[in-house]
Amino acid sequence: MAEKVLIIGSGPAGLTAAIYAARAELEPLMIEGVERGGQLMITTDVENYPGFSDGIMGPELMEQMRKQAERFGTRIVSSDVTAVDFSEQPFKVSVGSDEYTADSIIISTGASARWLGIEGEARLRGYGVSACATCDGFFFKEKELIVVGGGDTAMEEALFLTKFASKVTIIHRRDEFRASPIMVKRAVNHPNIDIIWDSVVEEVLGDTLVTGALIRNVKTDEVTTFNADGIFIAIGHVPNTKVFDGVLDLDDTGYIVTEPGTPVTSITGVFAAGDVTDKIYRQAVTAAGMGCQAALDAARFLDETT
Amino acid sequence: MGQNTITVTDSGFADAIASETPTLVDFWAEWCGPCKVMDGPLNEIAGENSGKLTVAKLNVDENPATMGSYTVMSIPTLILFQGGEEKQRFVGARSKEQLISELADYLQ
Ligand SMILES: Cc1cc2nc3c(=O)[nH]c(=O)nc-3n(C[C@H](O)[C@H](O)[C@H](O)COP(=O)(O)OP(=O)(O)OC[C@H]3O[C@@H](n4cnc5c(N)ncnc54)[C@H](O)[C@@H]3O)c2cc1C
Repeated sequence: MAEKVLIIGSGPAGLTAAIYAARAELEPLMIEGVERGGQLMITTDVENYPGFSDGIMGPELMEQMRKQAERFGTRIVSSDVTAVDFSEQPFKVSVGSDEYTADSIIISTGASARWLGIEGEARLRGYGVSACATCDGFFFKEKELIVVGGGDTAMEEALFLTKFASKVTIIHRRDEFRASPIMVKRAVNHPNIDIIWDSVVEEVLGDTLVTGALIRNVKTDEVTTFNADGIFIAIGHVPNTKVFDGVLDLDDTGYIVTEPGTPVTSITGVFAAGDVTDKIYRQAVTAAGMGCQAALDAARFLDETT
Repeated sequence: MGQNTITVTDSGFADAIASETPTLVDFWAEWCGPCKVMDGPLNEIAGENSGKLTVAKLNVDENPATMGSYTVMSIPTLILFQGGEEKQRFVGARSKEQLISELADYLQ
């Protein structure tokens, strides 16, 4: 028997969709993904999610959402979706060799850190290359670090890393930051943060551990070696849509295209919510809001078709 | 914490990994979200492979020496030891299925 609603991803969007779908007695099945709980699992304090006046830890918030979804009967499979076939009803979703079918789908696979794709980066991941200061900063006490990027995330990561590192150098390809003025001010004024403008990292250096990076000045083309014990990449996010490529309409940066203000995708009965379709707001509360919309729309769709 | 896993610390670490029965050590910390993701799968793997595999947890906050000597620089990191030697290392969270297939050679 086909599921009524199958939800892909377990961040704020997916779990909110699950809460609504479960309460509507649609008995949702959630394929939660390897990164259970989504992006908030790697952050510490969430201070802007309404309802928690003293803030709440990201993992704690996600655990609560998950319990709430389970309380109303959401069933959860802990794996990544590896392939989908939405060409006919019921839709097919594969997890390795297991296949699930469903009358409606809610996609909430979120986004992941973008990597530079340069020599040494993948090889030294976990050996000094990281995209998560809150996860890995601890391992760089009294070390010298590079942060690559120029947005809010880069400023936040650099500031967070000063708790551990003796020196943090932000390397940015332009001569000004895209980050919000308040974050820029904090970073620029910090005694342990240096900034190298107009420069890109061309290679991560190191045999078994990061020892530094090759840096090219984009104005002069001069290449220098910069010594560091770790390099944190904070150059934005890419939506997790690889399995939907060629299946659903995606925009040129890979985000799922929806009808403005709705979770409606290019395929009737398939809905998208959260960071996977949103490159503007990218907040836990907006993702949760879209998850709610997706569940309500899925319920209406099922009502009309069955 | 799972009832099928054991806890290891800096003192006695060498003894803990010396066995010819493979020991999978989970380097974790309280503040690490992705580490919590691994708790369930590791407890299940330990339960399903008792006698073939020991799953041990090492808190990096409390055991800096071991973390340093194996240059763990990101958590969760899982290291598989046999006869005191590092055999395999996994950096980052992964699903139970993925981990089982990666450990296949040692779960015969
Ligand atoms: C360090 C950091 C700090 C942040 N701090 C805040 C904050 O303070 N306040 C705030 O509002 N927002 C914050 N954000 C942003 C917020 O985390 C995101 O906007 C929100 O998590 C998006 O939710 P989502 O449900 O769309 O996706 P995500 O949280 O990205 O979750 C995606 C889910 O999909 C799953 N998935 C991916 N691919 C597959 C697949 N193939 N099969 C199955 N499942 C899959 C993943 O495992 C994951 O469970 C922060 C983000 C980061 C990285």
